[in-house]
Formats: sequence, C-alpha cells, structure tokens
Amino acid sequence: MNGWSHHLIVAPILIPLAAAAILLFIDERQRVAKAMVSLASTLLLITVAFILFRIESGPNGYEGVYLLGNWAAPFGVVLVLDGLSALMLLLTASVAVAALVYSLARWHAMGSHFHSMFQLLLMGVNGAFLTGDLFNLFVFFEVMLAASYGLLLHGSGQLRVKAGLHYIAVNLAAALLFLIGVSLIYGTAGTLNMADLAARIPEMEADRRMLMEAGAGVLGIAFLIKAGMWPLCFWLPTAYSAAAAPVAGIFAILSKLGIYIILRLTTLLFDSGPSAGFGSTVLLYGGMATLIFGTIGVLASQALGRLAGFSVLISSGTLLMVIGINDGAVSSGALLYLVSSTLTISAFFMLIELVERSQDAGANVLAVTMEAYGDADEDEPEEGDGVTMPGTLAILGTCFAMCGLLLSGLPPLSGFIAKFAMLSAMMGTGAIGVPPTVAVWVLIVLVILSGVAALISMTRVGIRTFWTSLEGTVPRVLVIEIVPVMFLLGLTLLLTVQANSAIQYMDTTIRTLNTPSIYIDAVRNATIVPGVDSDAGEGN
Amino acid sequence: MEIILSIAIGVMTSCGVWLILRPRTYQVIIGLSLLSYAVNLFIFGVGGVKTNVPPILSEGGVDGVLADPVPQALVLTAIVIGFATTALFLVVLLASRGLTGTDHVDGRGDKR
Repeated sequence: MNGWSHHLIVAPILIPLAAAAILLFIDERQRVAKAMVSLASTLLLITVAFILFRIESGPNGYEGVYLLGNWAAPFGVVLVLDGLSALMLLLTASVAVAALVYSLARWHAMGSHFHSMFQLLLMGVNGAFLTGDLFNLFVFFEVMLAASYGLLLHGSGQLRVKAGLHYIAVNLAAALLFLIGVSLIYGTAGTLNMADLAARIPEMEADRRMLMEAGAGVLGIAFLIKAGMWPLCFWLPTAYSAAAAPVAGIFAILSKLGIYIILRLTTLLFDSGPSAGFGSTVLLYGGMATLIFGTIGVLASQALGRLAGFSVLISSGTLLMVIGINDGAVSSGALLYLVSSTLTISAFFMLIELVERSQDAGANVLAVTMEAYGDADEDEPEEGDGVTMPGTLAILGTCFAMCGLLLSGLPPLSGFIAKFAMLSAMMGTGAIGVPPTVAVWVLIVLVILSGVAALISMTRVGIRTFWTSLEGTVPRVLVIEIVPVMFLLGLTLLLTVQANSAIQYMDTTIRTLNTPSIYIDAVRNATIVPGVDSDAGEGN
Repeated sequence: MEIILSIAIGVMTSCGVWLILRPRTYQVIIGLSLLSYAVNLFIFGVGGVKTNVPPILSEGGVDGVLADPVPQALVLTAIVIGFATTALFLVVLLASRGLTGTDHVDGRGDKR
C-alpha cells in the first residue's frame, strides 16, 4: 500500500462528510438532485471500501496506518485499517447502498434532511471502524448517534417519537458512561491511543490497574448498550421496529458497531499480562442471557418488526458469547456469521415493509403488540411512482423464505455455513482439539435452539402472510424497493458460494487480531511523511 | 479542593440518577444535564486538580507545575457534544408532548 492508495484510508470518512455538507446547500424541494449526490457518495464509498478490502485481503495486508496531520502515533490522531475494519467498511457500504436505493422509492421524501443525516451516519460508522484512538472513537460514536436520532425520527408519527425519546435517553446515558470510562483509562494509563494503551496495560502497577479495569468495565457497558446485551437491550426491538424501513435497514449495522468495538478492545487491550481475559466471563454469560431473551422474544412477537428486532438480539448474543470464549476458529466462524446476519437482518427489515403492505387491517388484530401502540397506519406514506414489480407475491415470498433460512441457519445459505463453522469449532473438531466444557455445551444448545425458534416464528408469520391472506390483495411493490433486498440476499448467496475464501479471510483476520503486537508495531512504526511541516497542520 | 470537587460530583450524580428514573420527560432531561455536568467535572478531575497552573510545557523545564491539557480538551469536546444532544432531546420532548398530550416518558397520561 503506497502512494495515492494510502490516502484511501481516510476517504470513507471524508466522502460522506463532504456529501452531507453539499446536501445541506441543496434545497429540500430538489429531491432528485439530493438523491443523486447521496447516491453518488454512497456508490463511491462502496468502491473505496472494495478497493481497501482487496488491498487488505492481498498477500501483504496490514500497513494501513494513516497519521492525520502528520503527527507521530501516540501524540497525533491515527486511523488504522486492518482486516476487520476493512471487512466492516465493506459491509457498511453494501448495506448503505441497499438502504439508500430503497429509500429513494418514497421514504427520503417523508421528511427533511434524510440524505444529510444518512451520510453523517455513514461518516460516524466508518470513522468508528477506522479510528485508532479512544477519544476519537467517542467523537465518531456521537456523530453516528446524533445522525441516528434524526433518522429514527424520520417520518415522524407518535410511535416513532415515543421510541425515539427512549432511544435518545438511553444513548445519552450511555455516552456519559463512555466518557467516564475513557477518562478513567486516561487517568490511569496516561494515553488514549489504542496501540499505546495495549503496550502499556500489561506493565501497569496493581493499584492503577484496578481503576483502569473499572474504567474499561464502564466503557464496555456503553458499547454493550449499543450491541444490545441483556439486560441493556429493552430499548432495541422497539426502536428498530419503529424506524422507517430503510433506516432500520442501516441500523442493523449499528449494533454490530458495538460488537466490533468490544471485539477490537478485548483482543487488543486484554490479550496478555495480569488483565488478560478481562470481561470475558461477563461477555460469555451476558451473551447467553441475550440469546435466551432474543429466542423468547422471537417466539413471542406477533408483529414482523419486533420479530426482526429480536433477531438483532439473537445475532448480538451469539457474537458476544463467541467473543467471551475467545477462541480463534470459533471467532472466524463468528465473523462470517456477523456478515451474514447483518446482511440478512438489513434485508429483512426492508422486506417487512413490503410484506406488510399486503396485509389488511384485519390481519393486524392478531398483532396485539402493534395494537398496543395505537393507530398503526397513521404514517401511511404517499404512493411512490416508478415501475411496479411483476410477480410481486412470488418474489416477496422467495425473499421471505430466504430470510427465514438465513435467520434460522438452515442449509444451503450462508447462515448455515457460518453457524456450522462456529459449532464445529466449538465441538472440538476444529482447531481447539479439546472436548468442550459444560458452558460451551450450553452455548451450542442455545445457538441451535435460537435457530429453531427463528424457524418456528418465521414459518408462522410466513403462513399467515402469504397463504392465509383472506382478501388476496397484492401489494404494489416498486422495482427499486425489491432490488435492494434482492441485492443483500444475493450477497449472502455470494458468501455461500465463496465460503472457502471467506472463511480463509476471516481466519487471517482473527489471527491478526489475536496477535496484538502486529497492531501495536504497525502504529508505533508508522513514520511521518518527511519534508512536510507538522506545525503547518497539513497532512499530505 | 479535591474534597469539594468530589462532593460536587457525587451530589450531582446522585441527583441526576434519581431524576432520570422519574416518569416525566422534563425531569429526565434535567437529570441527564446534571449527570453530564458531573461527568465533565470528573473528566477534569482525572488530570489532577491544580490551580493557577498553565497547561503548557514551559521552556524552564518540568518541575511538576503543569496542568494536563488533554482532559481539558476532552471536556471541551464533551461539553459541545452534550449541549447539542441535549438540545435535540428537548425538541423530541416537545414533539412527544405535542403528539401525546402528556409529558410521561411512555406517552401515557396516568397522573400520579
């Protein structure tokens, strides 16, 4: 990675930022212009993310340290690109393209500044994936959250405002915990650069270590709220099911952001020394509790939106448990699961709105939980115009069945491959080679049970929606609404076909993650560009 | 000085926690503001409490009289972000009040 391509690392932050700024100058009535700018930015983003991903998956990855402002590492701000962040960038961009195209059918016109907020959300998410500095993580996290508040409220309506109120209150409290954690870590370790922290923590004195671990624990709570670990997750299904369909689609990546940061920090900071394995027990049992809660929730939910919300919890719970086990082979299966489940849940959220369009009011009587929130169709958007999809019900049904297969982890799709990779590694046929402990057996049973629960509730809802529809009304679905869903599901198909190379990539990524010295050395050895004056504030 | 600072942080945190557990949205927002003040003071405190000391490394060499500039920078960022999000929360609060006709956090009007 040299020359111009080195500057590509900062592009995933700059592109959406510039697009969001440009969008503010375009009048709200010029919808087409706004949509074009936003779409161009997102397409550029997916191109950049793909190039970065290709560079990372090449033979000599991991040189992606970008010194902002040309200051050397512990003093300046760094961006770090490794296998994991490149993967997450590509995943974010893919979901973003789908959600944006979907929103162009009609949702983007339901309120003001949709595109600006969407781009700022992408900027915050990409920044959080790239940053190598805890305080910048806070800043990007807040950018992402502020944009997500606006997006959740997009389209307005009583249901959304109420869910938004809870969401904002919970996340403001989480942000305060984040700050307490960061300041405790700074107070004890004297640095906020992740690589520098990772080098200092194993040698920390015992009296400081206690405070540092307290800080790390408080910090972890902030991310666990975002990831939705039980008992910090009660806001999640309500907020996600209240959001507009494309917004919920992109929100699927936000809970994975919490997972990503926990994975990054636990592997980097608590790899060796007296604090090794800090928090892994909490993650293991917390993940189990989340998985149980999600499983019960999936079985109990009548409305499709809540079903999808609880699926997010199942996915989070599984991933948290795997981070708690912290074993190489299991983790690489889990990374594949992360990608597959994010794509699925995002597609599912967008599919739900299309499916529910066909349901008449009578079908909603069954949905007791939805009734409790009052008038369900108060935010009925105006009909968008465009080409209507032919063979609507067949396509919707196929997409729905694929979502069901992916969520429950049945063959032949990538949900199965990911779960199989995880479970076989857990059972000891993989890299560990030791018989599993009781906790791991419980975990295996829970993962399988959650799949069964997802299958049962998806079948139940599918039968109710597609087969026993009394009126037989066919919803009017536009091409640009169903194509993004098909695109995301197509990506899972690609993941299935290319499973071998995908698993290999995940293996390499996890091996890099579990060797924090690679990260630390890369950041510490990053040299400033010679001949450029740092004081001038120009980072060329 | 440390005692006063820690008492202030403690009192504000406890008031803030009590308030965000209350059922009215206005109490919640005041609670969040109090908590954010407490957190800002806390961040300020982790750099060590010093009075009348510049946050600059001077030419004369280090003799311990230096306030840590990093927590001050952190506080500044935290204040700005906290201010913006509180303002946004106020707007949502008003919207919720307008839509539901009550300032209960769940939008239900059970007066107690």
